[in-house]
Amino acid sequence: MSSQEIPEENLPSTQGEAHAGAVATADPFADPGLPPHEHRIQDIDERAAKRSERVVAMLFVLSMLATVGFIASYVTLPVDKNIYVFPIGHISALNFALGLTLGVALFCIGAGAVHWARTLMSDVEVADDRHPIEASPEVKAKVMADFREGAKESALGRRKLIRNTMFGALALFPLSGVVLLRDLGPLPGTKLRKTAWSQGKMLINQNTLQPLRPEDIQVGSLTFAMPEGMKEEDEDFQNEIAKAALMIVRLRPENIKDKRELDWSADGIVAFSKICTHVGCPISLYEQQTHHVLCPCHQSTFDLSDGGRVIFGPAGHALPQLRIKVNDKGFLEAMGDFAEPVGPAYWERG
Amino acid sequence: MSTATDNRRKAPAGERVADWADGRLGIYSLAKANMRKIFPDHWSFMLGEVCLYSFLIIILTGVYLTLFFHPSMNEVVYHGSYVPMQGMRMSEAYKSTLDISFDIRGGLLLRQIHHWAALVFLAAMMLHMMRVFFTGAFRKPREINWLFGFLLLVLGTFTGFTGYGLPDDLLSGTGIRIAQGLILSIPLVGTYISMFLFGGEFPGTDFVARFYSIHILLLPGIMLGLVVAHLILVVYHKHTQFPGPGRTEKNVVGMPLMPVYMAKAGGFFFLVFGVIAAIAAIATINPVWAMGPYRPDQVSTNAQPDWYLGMSEGIFRAMPGWEINIAGHTLVLGVFIPLLIFGLVLTAMAVYPFLESWVTGDKREHHLLDRPRNAPTRTAFGVAWLVMYGVGLVNGGNDLWATHFHLSVNSVTWFVRITFFTAPIVAFIVTRRICLGLQRRDRDKVLHGRESGIIKRLPHGEFVEVHEPLSQDQLFTLTSHEQPKPLELEPEVDENGVTRKAGASQRLRAKLSKGFYGEGTHIPKPTAEEYHEITSGHGHH
Repeated sequence: MSSQEIPEENLPSTQGEAHAGAVATADPFADPGLPPHEHRIQDIDERAAKRSERVVAMLFVLSMLATVGFIASYVTLPVDKNIYVFPIGHISALNFALGLTLGVALFCIGAGAVHWARTLMSDVEVADDRHPIEASPEVKAKVMADFREGAKESALGRRKLIRNTMFGALALFPLSGVVLLRDLGPLPGTKLRKTAWSQGKMLINQNTLQPLRPEDIQVGSLTFAMPEGMKEEDEDFQNEIAKAALMIVRLRPENIKDKRELDWSADGIVAFSKICTHVGCPISLYEQQTHHVLCPCHQSTFDLSDGGRVIFGPAGHALPQLRIKVNDKGFLEAMGDFAEPVGPAYWERG
Repeated sequence: MSTATDNRRKAPAGERVADWADGRLGIYSLAKANMRKIFPDHWSFMLGEVCLYSFLIIILTGVYLTLFFHPSMNEVVYHGSYVPMQGMRMSEAYKSTLDISFDIRGGLLLRQIHHWAALVFLAAMMLHMMRVFFTGAFRKPREINWLFGFLLLVLGTFTGFTGYGLPDDLLSGTGIRIAQGLILSIPLVGTYISMFLFGGEFPGTDFVARFYSIHILLLPGIMLGLVVAHLILVVYHKHTQFPGPGRTEKNVVGMPLMPVYMAKAGGFFFLVFGVIAAIAAIATINPVWAMGPYRPDQVSTNAQPDWYLGMSEGIFRAMPGWEINIAGHTLVLGVFIPLLIFGLVLTAMAVYPFLESWVTGDKREHHLLDRPRNAPTRTAFGVAWLVMYGVGLVNGGNDLWATHFHLSVNSVTWFVRITFFTAPIVAFIVTRRICLGLQRRDRDKVLHGRESGIIKRLPHGEFVEVHEPLSQDQLFTLTSHEQPKPLELEPEVDENGVTRKAGASQRLRAKLSKGFYGEGTHIPKPTAEEYHEITSGHGHH
């Protein structure tokens, strides 16, 4: 809109003029004081102000409609209906409808309020005084005097027996709270050293739940196993599998670089703990050509053809190997527990 | 009518209610000080509001979620409406999260709003702290409020993490497992803390219930108290303002709370809520049904924490696996050192205001903000910190960088190992130089005016660009900042001839102060004489 349409009497007389109360000084960098208020179109043209009013009201009405839409979606849309929305893909129709209507309902309230504030409420900047946070010397003196008075009346400084026993009592009683925390959990003991593996337990395939035979394991495949006798329904299954999880690969015996690894293998089949020695994620990525395994959490990389040695990443020690053999029925079985604790290192590990 | 002794018109109902409340709460005195309280205006001041509003949204949606979530690790077999999971064993926590997502109308929406708002909350806190840091708003009298804000960031991170662990899905369980591995690395007490936190071995059957009470009660309770204290201090100190004409250390220039900021800030709550609701409608977050229930021997690839733990994740990924075995004990440095570094990086934030005030010897109140360029050393520290944080964050997704940009994950990690230490130094030097460059530009602008873009041809054929002199408002704004001098050590021999050696800390302080304010840390502001000399007109341009 052009300025000709604005009634003459509404035009501000001061707009764009020099600061009120500005002092002319020789210093070009002196503070010129608050700049004059610049009028908005709504301040001088009632029609513009009316337009702003209508915009605000329209936003509020839109919000009401969106809330009605929210309730309507809640009532009418089935909870399990999926729709295709470009470019997001298949999503829950109800979630989409509820979220958008709620979003619009809220956003329009906000937009209306902000537009109202920006166009119709006063935008004159005013200055308020600040007061120092620190108390004046008189106030401070009064407080100090009061404090001394109070301290003297309590006689805390003079009656040392009271003071010392009180501090003693106050210092001791929180111990009750500390003691109460004792039963949060058991002491570590040797729990982290033992797993469910022991002499003679067969290696059970995690997928088929059948005992593994050497011929089930091909070069280049990665098999996960758990000890015989463990069931998903067991109460301590999660705790046990967190330590006992095993990964099995077959290598050509001549490719095994580590002597002990070769000794502990059966027909070139080696069994390593699946739990990363960094912070305990399950290792799941296997490179068939190099026999490296990679932990997907922090990328620690271990060489399964070289005693589970760490070849990259933040893990601090090799993956523990489980000593296995083929028993007389032709199944793979453990020859004992792991020789060292599995999983992340800890202070008592040694 | 004859009994009426009081002819005065009865006060309106609202006023009578207010009178009633005033007689009991003294609200008129409160309103006198605060109803027309002045708040300065600047877009960056709304970052703190985003924090507050996302926090409120988290509380509102969180209360709703507690109505349906079962914080229990009891194992159940799923028979709900999500077909792919039917017959699977899972914890009640996971099952109730699936129910919230698939059976309760609007449950998925509120879950997603809750999670999105948490991400926004942490991001807004970081941005808000950056604003406060780079403008020097943390200086006296606001150091304690900086600490409150810092605590909110730390507690927000822990609250986010404990919430992330509650659904007991494969991803969240992996996150908890990693945290347990970190705890184990703490010398002497690690295993004890782990056993006590998890009620025995990991995962046990307790942590969901325990994390639940920490997540919904303990930490948010403390945070709510801190938020209230933070706001009370904002009101008490009155807001800082950018320098400009009419703005001084002794006043606050802006618009009143009622009505402008009630409408603007109140409206802004709805804007933030509306935007987050819309995001939750169109962008799926944490689709727990895609991960499956937690099993400690299973994992999904590309496991990523929420963004605010990305930096710590990154340094855990970058650290070489150092382990020292002595006398039957293991020092798990490969895990413990990153844990310490993470703590140090955070602590650096907390102590900075006190450090700066000690080094610069500045104990005055500050209510006018610095432009970042006018405090080059501080700005450089801030940018160096951010670069260090950013490098850590990059490594938090080193696998994603590797797969998306066809790089070797080992090279990405090595790059981060080196740049984590070198990049902040480079950033420090570069930032300081940029700040000085900007100061130089301000100086030129003050002395020679603004480049108007108008090319003028002089009578003898030369082309010059017309420079337009700045208004006094602009001149004042560009020159009103302080340029402090570094602290000097007191002379070793005073006027009475008594020798007095400065202590080591005094000497360090003087040295640091020189680094902050000494030579080469600022471009001298133009003086009035220079200005007059140049503008008195000698055919300059």
